[in-house]
Amino acid sequence: MQALLTRLRAFLGAVLLLVTQLAAAQLSIEITGAGAPRMPIAIAPFPGEAALGSGITSIVRADLERSGLFRGLEVPPLSPAPTEASTVNYAEWRSRLADALVLGSVAARPDGRYEVRFRLYDVVKQASLGGIAYTLSKEQVRASAHRIADFVYEKLTGEKGVFSTRIAYVVKRGNRFELQIADADGADEEAALVSFEPIISPAWSPDGRKLAYVSFENKKPVVYVHSLVDGKRNVIANFRGSNSAPAWSPDGRRLAVTLSREGGSQIFLLNADGSGLRRLTSSAAIDTEPRFSGDGQWIYFTSDRGGSPQIYRMPAAGGEPQRVTFEGSYNVTPRLSPDGKTLAYITLNEGKFQVALLDLSNRQVQIITDSDRDESPSFAPNGRMILLATVIDGRGVLSAVSSDGRVKQRLSVTAGDVREPAWGPFTE
Amino acid sequence: MRLAIIATLAAAAVAAGCATTPEEQAPARVEERAAKPAPVETKPIARVDLTSKPAAASPLKDPNNILSRRSIYYDYDKFDIKDEFRPLVEAHAKYLRENPGAKMLIQGNADERGSREYNLGLGQRRSDSVKRALTILGAKENQIESVSLGEEKPVCTEHAEDCWAKNRRGDMLYGGEY
Repeated sequence: MQALLTRLRAFLGAVLLLVTQLAAAQLSIEITGAGAPRMPIAIAPFPGEAALGSGITSIVRADLERSGLFRGLEVPPLSPAPTEASTVNYAEWRSRLADALVLGSVAARPDGRYEVRFRLYDVVKQASLGGIAYTLSKEQVRASAHRIADFVYEKLTGEKGVFSTRIAYVVKRGNRFELQIADADGADEEAALVSFEPIISPAWSPDGRKLAYVSFENKKPVVYVHSLVDGKRNVIANFRGSNSAPAWSPDGRRLAVTLSREGGSQIFLLNADGSGLRRLTSSAAIDTEPRFSGDGQWIYFTSDRGGSPQIYRMPAAGGEPQRVTFEGSYNVTPRLSPDGKTLAYITLNEGKFQVALLDLSNRQVQIITDSDRDESPSFAPNGRMILLATVIDGRGVLSAVSSDGRVKQRLSVTAGDVREPAWGPFTE
Repeated sequence: MRLAIIATLAAAAVAAGCATTPEEQAPARVEERAAKPAPVETKPIARVDLTSKPAAASPLKDPNNILSRRSIYYDYDKFDIKDEFRPLVEAHAKYLRENPGAKMLIQGNADERGSREYNLGLGQRRSDSVKRALTILGAKENQIESVSLGEEKPVCTEHAEDCWAKNRRGDMLYGGEY
């Protein structure tokens, strides 16, 4: 394990062009940027996996490669095909240049379901890193593959994987707006809401079961909370004027929103059922885009009280705001990393709207994208990647960039504009 | 004497009746009317239609009336009402004053550059400024709701300044128009 991590680090500085392209999903993902050091991993085909229809090992490999941290090795058909029960010939896998190895098998069960077993090996240290068995139906192949990828990723990097998480985004097709939910790899897209009026600012509840968003179906912005479990929608804020920018408190019990009911755009706090309205900011400026810190102590927000839009923070109970961003004339859309150490936001940099990261401990700012119309950055729940909306060749696409700026991906749909991404939380 | 007069009048009436009746009931005429298809009588129903108001009756729809104009355009990052739109705002304020039952929705809009939520705030600033001007000119606060559509409902979708200028806009809509 430690040896593998050391090897990963030993690659630092190497720049490898990735040419992997995945086109299977409605939302296709293309790795466009130069990579980070990538660990070579061999995932041998699981004997019996053909019965599942879609190739479980190819999904695992695609997941790991998309992270930018792994390079899947081609494994020719072997005879006899090794499984998690085989004795591992480490010398042979070393000769194939594998640092890590996944072996497994799929067996049909009498109840019509399947059982998949796998084991992960450190080829360099010649040691097993553990394995799991899952029972699944054919419909659960993708979900099972994502769990296997999460296991491998966590064992080899020390961080939780996000392959089993989901993302939300809005697609505009003609005059239709679709709020879509998909796996983190863009597959299995399902529309939660379809409307002839715009939908913006989706925000996942901390338990991943609900989305808050702004819908214009009543000819003005109104905040809804939508249960993904049963499709039930509740109006949370429909006051006179505009209602927008919902943000969940970390405990899921409250929402911060922007309301114009008392004039201007000001930040208010509500209980998650819409009761208990309380005003948090009182300025003559636009105060909007509230976001709670992970510990629930602070609310970061955008305000132009100083003349230009900048990011501020205030105690979550309300109180004197402090300015957070100082460089530049346009800094908006604050998003805290899951560990609370980094603030991602959109900055106007020489005429380009780009994603900036502010290290909150040393105040260093780094711009991590090279596109020019970036919006709505959203951290993966492990903090490793940031999903964002941008425009390429006049079309709205999603893009993902690793928080060190090394790995870049593009996610696009055919015949549609994609925007307003929100990466969902870890769920069990 | 009185009876005699009544009897005489009655006799005269009967005589008069007898004089006309044979002519009307002449078989030839009846035949003639039956042979010619009788026109179906359609008496028009006096209709009250609350859903369509005659265009000429509403100054809001009359293209020659300033009240038919509803849009106010803004400079980049600005929300003050330019002088050229003063007469328009004054005309609508007068209409709202004179029609206390009239309701207005003002939708503020922004161009596409930058954050969607911040642009929603910019559009709100524009619709609020129109509402403020209208109320200063005598419209009632409760007649007007100011909201923002931000950058979400552009009337022009090119990514260039002359298009953005059309999208930096406040629209005044009356009840029934949205």
